[in-house]
Amino acid sequence: MSPRSAWTIALPYLAFFLLPLGWLALTSFWPDAELARPLPSHLTLENHAAALSGGGLARAVLNSLLVSGATAALALALAAPAAFAVARLGVRGGRALLGGALAISMFPPIATAAPLYTALRAARLLDTLPGLVAPYTSFSVPLALWLLTGTFRALPVELYRAARVDGCTPLGAFRRVLLPLAAPGLATAGLLVFVFAWNELLYAVTFLTSPSRRTVPVALALFGGEFRDPFVVLAAASTLATAPVVAIAVLFQRRVVAGLTAGAVKG
Amino acid sequence: MGAALVAPAGAALALVALGPLLATAWLSLRHRVPVLGEDHFVGLSNYRALAHDARFLGALANTAYFTAVAVGLELLLALPLALALHHAGRGRGALRAAVLVPWILPTVVAAKLWALLLQPDLGLLARLWPDGAGAVLTRPRLALHAAIFVDVWKTTPFVALLLLAGLQAIPEDLARAARVDGASALRVFRSITLPLLRPALLLALLFRSLDAFRVFDVVFVLTEGGPGHTTEPLSLYAYRTLLRAGSFGLGAAISLVTFLGVVAIGLAWLSALGERSPGEAPP
Repeated sequence: MSPRSAWTIALPYLAFFLLPLGWLALTSFWPDAELARPLPSHLTLENHAAALSGGGLARAVLNSLLVSGATAALALALAAPAAFAVARLGVRGGRALLGGALAISMFPPIATAAPLYTALRAARLLDTLPGLVAPYTSFSVPLALWLLTGTFRALPVELYRAARVDGCTPLGAFRRVLLPLAAPGLATAGLLVFVFAWNELLYAVTFLTSPSRRTVPVALALFGGEFRDPFVVLAAASTLATAPVVAIAVLFQRRVVAGLTAGAVKG
Repeated sequence: MGAALVAPAGAALALVALGPLLATAWLSLRHRVPVLGEDHFVGLSNYRALAHDARFLGALANTAYFTAVAVGLELLLALPLALALHHAGRGRGALRAAVLVPWILPTVVAAKLWALLLQPDLGLLARLWPDGAGAVLTRPRLALHAAIFVDVWKTTPFVALLLLAGLQAIPEDLARAARVDGASALRVFRSITLPLLRPALLLALLFRSLDAFRVFDVVFVLTEGGPGHTTEPLSLYAYRTLLRAGSFGLGAAISLVTFLGVVAIGLAWLSALGERSPGEAPP
């Protein structure tokens, strides 16, 4: 297939994927009073201001940043040592851990929601942001574990041996030699976990009940009703709430794609 | 030494996933309504109730239909896109980034976007086609297909990227040698590309059907399961039974059926994948 025919195939897809988003962005700048017209006479930022004015959306973005950031950090902290041990120390049960983690990542979240709800309430973590980070471990750790095991396996084993010969303990070799070299892999895993946490709805809508604790998906899903004209304001809210992950897609596309498809080739 | 490094991750997964799953199984054998203070063992009677529950059977049918049609369409649409991405040459990075955008959006935003597009007065569809577009989401069959459509819009890029990874793993020499031997482009695709892409296709099928069977977000936002319960999937019915109706035992039973559905799909595809097991080491 020539590049020309490849682009001929790709163009309808691009239109299908991007035109609706373009319309959403345009609608978000559409003056409220002109909604009945086929096209707006001028563009306005009023809708974005209105979406942010209640404070609910800005709060939700902050909540999502905190939850997604903490989820990514916790996932890396738990998964990186485990991935190193599985990849380089030949730890017993390593394969079982990987297989179990993959199976767990396929669990429907609803299958664990009721007991988690009860447990979080007992721990007084229901309706708190840390109380959401804990259940997010169930998808973030498997994802990070698989990606990072691949990362550590890809680093030449000689590096680890050389560090050991030079007197590093296994843990020292991990901390001083392998972990810095695994930085790109860590970044990929962190980005993907961040995106998954940013987008998660079911646990968030189940475990967070106060409006001030809502994450972005919950705030958007329950948006409307509180506003005089939700149509353009909702478009503005969706645009604003989407900007961070779209920025990730555009800025880090190579990294995200590599992470998404790692394991799909051989695994 | 190694065990100490693995233990925290293993313990976390046991605590937030395995333990709760077992607790759900146990809970599904009980009648528990916390608000009423009711909690006792009832054996399989929650499951017996579900077998005669039209709403549950409808949710099961909706989920199965959603999964089969959405995943089928995604695979059909993703294959040409993956080929295009593979052969795009210059500008391929930009193309991949553009295609990645629908996938990286929160599903909630994708569903809201299409809810706005399909909105009967001001939506784009109503503007372009004033007579026909009205009220897609208020008609049962159409509403479920609208949910499938949104899923296809959002997830086709992911499937295409998985297939692209599969395409990139096929040695180019094979196709080149076949072309030298006089094979047409179509013949190369049918006899070389497609068979070698089989593992990637099956893997995409596996990932996507497991994911589609737990569908929640799209329907929650687009139709809220309506009109009536005609678009309600299992996850949403279980969520409402647990949190809106406060019936934990019955909700747990619906949740566990959802889980068993995922297990059944997983085992079916794994046997199709042959000896590849989920325990196999990553690359």
